[in-house]
Amino acid sequence: MLIIQGAVSLGLIFSLMAMGVYLTFRVLEMPDLSAEGSIILGAGTAARLVSGGVNPFFATIIATVVGCTAGLVTGVLHTKFKIPPILAGILTMVASYSVVIRIMGTSNIPLLPHGPNRVTSVFTFLQETGLSRQASIILFSAVMVVVVGVVLYCFLGTEAGSAMRATGNNRQMVKAQGINTDAMVILCLMISNGLIGLSGALWSQQQGFASVDMGTGTIVIGLASVIIAEVLFRVRRVWARLITLVAGSIIYRMIIALALNLDFLSPTDLRLLTAIIVAIALTLPLIVEKVSKPVEKTKGRRK
Amino acid sequence: MLHIENLNKTFNPGTPIENHVLRGVSLHLEEGDYVTLIGGNGAGKSTLLSGVAGTFLPDTGTITIGGTEVTNLPEHRRAVYLGRVFQDPMTGTAANMNIEENMALAYRRGKRRGLGWYIKSKERELYRERLSTLELGLEDRLTDKVGLLSGGQRQALTLVMATLKQPRVLLLDEHTAALDPKTAPKVLAIGTKIIKELNLTTMMVTHNMRDAIYHGNRLIMMSGGRIVLDISGDEKQKLTVEELVAKFSLASDEEFTGDQALLG
Repeated sequence: MLIIQGAVSLGLIFSLMAMGVYLTFRVLEMPDLSAEGSIILGAGTAARLVSGGVNPFFATIIATVVGCTAGLVTGVLHTKFKIPPILAGILTMVASYSVVIRIMGTSNIPLLPHGPNRVTSVFTFLQETGLSRQASIILFSAVMVVVVGVVLYCFLGTEAGSAMRATGNNRQMVKAQGINTDAMVILCLMISNGLIGLSGALWSQQQGFASVDMGTGTIVIGLASVIIAEVLFRVRRVWARLITLVAGSIIYRMIIALALNLDFLSPTDLRLLTAIIVAIALTLPLIVEKVSKPVEKTKGRRK
Repeated sequence: MLHIENLNKTFNPGTPIENHVLRGVSLHLEEGDYVTLIGGNGAGKSTLLSGVAGTFLPDTGTITIGGTEVTNLPEHRRAVYLGRVFQDPMTGTAANMNIEENMALAYRRGKRRGLGWYIKSKERELYRERLSTLELGLEDRLTDKVGLLSGGQRQALTLVMATLKQPRVLLLDEHTAALDPKTAPKVLAIGTKIIKELNLTTMMVTHNMRDAIYHGNRLIMMSGGRIVLDISGDEKQKLTVEELVAKFSLASDEEFTGDQALLG
């Protein structure tokens, strides 16, 4: 039960990140590695502000905005300076490590959730109504996921959102319709990294600390959630995609939790495990195709 | 409606692959002119069209569309004046989006994209009406993904999208060259029909001499980055493929050897 609770709360928090990764990876069709930077920027900014006694909601909003700036930097590097998207993301990611240490002032900030020195987080006010900490985290994160998901869905249906989806699909066509594709790419990266920053802000408050190395592997975790969702639920409509992203994120956390429960695996195997899950999920459609269609192929050859 | 003055463009200047593709091209199109643009490979005809569309900025010269100088406007800013159909049927539409989403994007050409819903329900009536003139049954498939359509259907849809909001100039860049021989004339006829109905000022690049002769009211031939022939009015009406080949040899001092140009 404890494992499931933990997986659900982390899964909900990380589904915000998965939505951000979905925006770049699937809507813009541009894998964005600045995710690794924006998650620690979000976590570090929130931790610094919350530990300094700033209102946690305000701190979380600021963390989101800081995440957006990471997207802005990547977007400008890519569109204005013509740096290939992967490299632009890597540059932002690397720079973020230094920036986040500047923001935090140290490489590690504890955010004690209990005891006399406890820090007021976004989950605290629910705890004060008598809910357990775990339940508060799940409830608050679920509300955030629903709000963000609905706003994102509505945005993707607007004129601007439609232009953004088209930009990922066919930039030449979008330019011919008088849309500034550079602006669309930058906007999409900003929203994406803002969501990832928000996810990081909630994550640091959930686990009770922020450290500069907590973001390593973020992009792969995000991809894992997106791809697990795609492999398990073959849906096409945007609202359905967003819902399955949340499911994918929670399922990923459960797989990890269950695997780490096995005696021969240690927590340090987490990243290897994640990479294997993503590799399997990415290969699965290919394997399914090979297994299900050998007969047709031989037929084709005989002709 | 379209005025081009002394346009010059060199790609990769100062390198071994330097290519002076446009050499002082000047051209004036009256409102309603339907110009067919023909020439061998590397003559500069597609480059001239791209120059008008703003894919690149010229080294020297000016481009004016309907009295507005657009020479240094980026591609997306001058799109408000232009309708474009490309050679590759995949280029003109967004494959992952459905027909009405594509049309709604085109309907807002040159407008600011805000936070209103991407389509208003009354627009669908207009889209159906315009699509029905194609007689391809697309008006009943508004929510089908464009990726499901054939190349010919996609080019026809792109033609409707390019003219949904009336452009000052319509640019057709060999828009039937990638289609099969049965579909190409149909799409060409659809285009000519729309151009006549809306009295559109049009530039059409083609490789096919017969198409260049039978469509439009004016024929321009390019060679080596220059306009070498400009035929209009009665003279164009009476033109034959043989005459055109002869005129081309005279005008350009070279044999016209475009692969497809003599076919048809």
